[in-house]
Amino acid sequence: MRSAAATVSAPPSRSIRVNGANQTLACTTLADVVDALGYDAEHVATAVDGAFVPRAKRADTAIADGAEIEIVAPRQGG
Amino acid sequence: MNAFDTNLQAAQSSDDPLQLYGTEVASRLLLGTAQYPSPAVLETAVRASGAGVVTVSLRRETAGGGAGRQFFDMLRNWGVPVLPNTAGCRTAKEAVTTAEMARELFETAWVKLEVIANDDTLQPDVFGLVEAAGELARQGFKVFPYTTEDLGVAERLMAAGCELLMPWGAPIGTGRGLANPEALKTMRNYFPGVPLIVDAGVGAPSHAAHAMELGYDAVLLNTAVAKAIAPVKMAAAFADAIRAGRAGFEAGLMGPRDMASPSTPVAGTPFFDLGQSS
Repeated sequence: MRSAAATVSAPPSRSIRVNGANQTLACTTLADVVDALGYDAEHVATAVDGAFVPRAKRADTAIADGAEIEIVAPRQGG
Repeated sequence: MNAFDTNLQAAQSSDDPLQLYGTEVASRLLLGTAQYPSPAVLETAVRASGAGVVTVSLRRETAGGGAGRQFFDMLRNWGVPVLPNTAGCRTAKEAVTTAEMARELFETAWVKLEVIANDDTLQPDVFGLVEAAGELARQGFKVFPYTTEDLGVAERLMAAGCELLMPWGAPIGTGRGLANPEALKTMRNYFPGVPLIVDAGVGAPSHAAHAMELGYDAVLLNTAVAKAIAPVKMAAAFADAIRAGRAGFEAGLMGPRDMASPSTPVAGTPFFDLGQSS
C-alpha cells in the first residue's frame, strides 16, 4: 500500500508531443521532460508551444496536457 | 541613400580585414558545414578554406542522443566564428524562436536569418524576414538577413536594425552563379558603406570571384564545396577565387568597350602604311 506522501509527490501523467512524436510521461515541468527522455540538459535548447524556454527556466515551466515541445541541438547547416 | 560609382568605391576601399558587427573576420569566405561526406572531410575542408565564419544549424535531437554535443565540440576546436541559421523556418515567429534557441546553444548573438516563402525556390519571405529582423534586433541579436536584391526590402531591413545584408546569388543549392548581376551591382552601389555578402546559389569559384569583383564584401556558400568530388580541394579553390576577386575589385576593373582597341602600340608598327603609298 502506497503512503500518502508518495501519492502526493508522484508527478501526474501528461500526454504531450516532443519533437513531433506523441509521448505519455509522468512530468510536471519542462525540466522533468528533458530528464525523463534522457537528454543532456546542458547541450539542448527547448521551446514549448512555439515559445523559447531558456535553460534556467525549465524547472519553473509547467507542462500541460497537449503541450508541443521542441528539444533541439547543434547540427551542421548552410 | 544615393548610388555611388563602383570604381570610386574600389579606389577608396582597402585590404583591411572585413568586420561584421564589429568583429574582424579572418577571411571573406563564409562556409556552410552541411552535406559533407564525413565529419573528417568537413573539418579538413574548413581548414583548407580558411573560412572566416562557418554557418551551423539546430535540429531536433534524438532522446538520449549525443550528436549535437559531438558537433559542438568539433566547432569549438576550430576557433572560427559561428553563424547559426534559421533554415527551414516559414514564419517570423518560428525564426525568432529558432534564433533564441540558437543563441543559447551556440552562445552567440549572430544569426543568419532565413524565413522561407516557397519550397521550390527557397525564396526569402521578405515580409516575414523584415518582421523577424526587427524583433531579433530589439532582443539584441546581430542579424545576417538572407534576402533578395530588392532595394526597398533592403532599406526596411536596415531600418529594422540590420547592419549588413546577404542577397542571394541564385536559389539555395542551385549552383547557378549570379542570376542577376546587374541588380547586385545596383545594390552594391546603393549601399556603399554596408557590408554585403552574396549568399546562396554559388556553384563555382568563378561565381564567387564574380561577386567579389562587383565589390561584394564576402561570399557565403556550402553545397558547391560539400558536394564536390574533392571537397577539400574545392574549399581551397574558393578561397583563392575570393582573394583574387577581391584584389581585382580593389585594383579597379576596366570598363567594357563596344569596339576593339589594340593593346600593342600602333605607332612604329613595321610595314605600317606601306600598302597605301603610291
